[in-house]
Amino acid sequence: MSKESKALEKQAWTSQRVLDLILNNALIIIMAVAVVYIAFKNPNFIKPASLINILSQTCAYLPVALGVGGCIVLTGTDLSAGRIVGLTACLSASLLQAVDAASKMWTSITPPPVLLVLALAMVLGALIGAFNGFFVAKFKLHPFIVTLATQLIVYTALLLYVKAGNNNGMAISGLDKSYSGFITGSLPFAKIAGTPIPNYVWIAVVCTALMWFIWNKTTFGKNMFALGANEEAARVSGVNVFATTIMVFALAGAMYAVTGFIEGARVASNTANTGLNYEADAIAACVIGGVSFVGGIGKIRGIVIGVLMLRLIFVGLNMVNVPQDLIYLVKGAIILFACALDMRKYLVKK
Amino acid sequence: MDQPALLEMRGITKEFPGVKALDGVNLTVRPGTVHALMGENGAGKSTLMKCLFGIYAKDSGTITLEGKEISFKNSKEALENGVAMVHQELNQALTRSVTDNLWLGRYPKVGGIMVSEGTMRKRTREIFEELEVHVDPKAIMSTLPVSQRQMVEIAKAVSYDAKIIVFDEPTSSLTEVEVEHLFRIINMLRSKGCGIIYISHKMEEILRISDDVTIMRDGQWVATRPAKELTMDEIIRLMVGRELTNRFPPKDNVPGEVILEVEHLSGKYTRLKDASFRLQKGEILGIAGLDGSGRTEVLENLFGAMTRGGGTIRLHGREIQNRTPRESIKNGFALLTEERRATGIFGIRDILDNTVISNLKSYLVGGICLSDKKMQEDTAWSIQAMRIKTPSQKTQIRSLSGGNQQKVIIGRWLLTKPEVLLLDEPTRGIDVGAKYEIYQLIINLAKENKGVIMVSSEMPELLGVCDRILVMSGGQLAGEVDAKTTSQEEILTLAAKYV
Repeated sequence: MSKESKALEKQAWTSQRVLDLILNNALIIIMAVAVVYIAFKNPNFIKPASLINILSQTCAYLPVALGVGGCIVLTGTDLSAGRIVGLTACLSASLLQAVDAASKMWTSITPPPVLLVLALAMVLGALIGAFNGFFVAKFKLHPFIVTLATQLIVYTALLLYVKAGNNNGMAISGLDKSYSGFITGSLPFAKIAGTPIPNYVWIAVVCTALMWFIWNKTTFGKNMFALGANEEAARVSGVNVFATTIMVFALAGAMYAVTGFIEGARVASNTANTGLNYEADAIAACVIGGVSFVGGIGKIRGIVIGVLMLRLIFVGLNMVNVPQDLIYLVKGAIILFACALDMRKYLVKK
Repeated sequence: MDQPALLEMRGITKEFPGVKALDGVNLTVRPGTVHALMGENGAGKSTLMKCLFGIYAKDSGTITLEGKEISFKNSKEALENGVAMVHQELNQALTRSVTDNLWLGRYPKVGGIMVSEGTMRKRTREIFEELEVHVDPKAIMSTLPVSQRQMVEIAKAVSYDAKIIVFDEPTSSLTEVEVEHLFRIINMLRSKGCGIIYISHKMEEILRISDDVTIMRDGQWVATRPAKELTMDEIIRLMVGRELTNRFPPKDNVPGEVILEVEHLSGKYTRLKDASFRLQKGEILGIAGLDGSGRTEVLENLFGAMTRGGGTIRLHGREIQNRTPRESIKNGFALLTEERRATGIFGIRDILDNTVISNLKSYLVGGICLSDKKMQEDTAWSIQAMRIKTPSQKTQIRSLSGGNQQKVIIGRWLLTKPEVLLLDEPTRGIDVGAKYEIYQLIINLAKENKGVIMVSSEMPELLGVCDRILVMSGGQLAGEVDAKTTSQEEILTLAAKYV
């Protein structure tokens, strides 16, 4: 401990310091107050069934946010996330329709191993992500523009795909038991007060652990943060800017595919509209969780909290009968508020 | 000193949580004089100026301008009352024109809403003519070299018809010729009766240009004396509070065999052409030259940070390519860049991240997982060996002083165990004490048999630290001199050879 930090510890509890403490944790405080209020108005909110509902919704959306988080660390964004979720969801579902499903898309295919389809979906997601990353890294285009364009291209692929085979653009349903069991089933011991925890929660847990490892413990992770903090300094310091950028976007694409794979069975009736606007929630969750558009800053922990908070508010407001129309207002307000608080931390105080 | 004071700051005190940044500081500026404000980084010079401009609210003390007590709320109010500042860090709208930048915040209007381009252009030309600034008023700011941008900033401050103008390190990016020009401008302002506050680390300048000198140390006023009563050693003694007999450490490195041979080095998109030279082990090779003469280009071309047009590089007699910084690092090169903030530090990241970034491969355990312990050990080594003053490894680098930031980056490069170090302005914006430490570091590197190439715009520094000095002029190598026998005049003559 140096002299300076000891001096800080001894600091008096001035009103400024209390205010700082409150503002820096304002979101958590507001959330806590909201949860207590909602639980008071509708005790069902904190019953196991409701809590597990919130948990599983969080886990379904989490991989998208984990992916897009990396793009934000690079001071970018990814608008193609939702469409990649849609494409990979439809791909997974179509390959894993039961043999006797009505109007089966690919009649000649017997359902392959579930994990093989997951791998296939992730490869497809990663390829689209790498395509995004290539245009960002090679032509120095802003990711907003690149992904605005690829989002449209992927949507076209999705529209064409759902009309392929015998499907004719209908919802893809009648999934094989191996798939729906793998996603929405639950392990025998995974129950809280009789309510089962769906398996895809564990998939999200694995993704979170993996992403935490990549962000914090690998060369690639350090390079990503350096690149987000100062691209020129990163280049001079020997960071492979080109490869790192592509990797970040490819990894993001693979994460979207995980959510796509989950949604394929969770929604269980997928159309070209699956995944629509998922990127908006994911980006919102990241900024709420402190992944800053300033670049070079962000924590996996923050992303998890961000996704959880958004879900808590959604489910909670529904339970106290707030009209659906107003929920968007609340969401918008939270995003603005969160970003304003976040920027406050990075502004150089004068 | 019996004239009435133009500006008087008395007993200025400013406290930040845990630190007393200013403790009863006095500063009196007489009309028609240049008052130098000196002190090491962190001595409180900037804080004092920020109190004057209302960027910080002072805790106690009084400021009087022409006998009236003042307390500005922001720099706009200060400007309107005739107090202007030329900042060290240029904050300009880079994508806009010179004229736009000059009139930013006070555009002349027509009919209350329309900006009068005509008036603006006319006034700009007048100001530039008066100050003999040769900059195209229509040029886009980002296309100008730093030194010209600096001149625009100076012209802007002068154009406010200010009574007090503060110059904060105005010459750090100016060439010798431009410094002379700046001094002519300052003399002109002085004869008009302005009060100039001049902040600089460069002793020669201070002694030449200033009438009075105020020295600060650790937030306290140390002394105010007429400049002609002071010597360089005296100033240094007052600034550091201890005897600093030499500005340069003893040079006890011994150049050995040739390590690097460069032939016909040319830039593809830059004016650098046909530079050939050799570097020995344990040698410090200086590169002198005016701003824009291709000094930086030599280093960045060698390092692969700029695209090479032609030429060969041989390390230990073996030809190498150095196409990208990554490749150069693998070949044992390291580059300390000229603009620390823009291309050196990762401001928002901590000391540890800033230290290990170029050396990540050596911390891998099992080929994939970075070892926190090893990274912390190396960071601790760097903090200790470079004598970096920081509260912890987790401190954001941007909160450190310039000298400490520079030491972090040097530490970053030493961890890669380079054979050839390329240092571009290693002591820019660093205070005297820290400069001495950086010189010592450089000489120690040479003693460890590394080859060092060092670009600097401060000639005494090149003469004091280097063995040989290459002089660049107009993108070409104008000559090579022995640092022990040459003079500033010889170097300046060479620097003007191809201009």
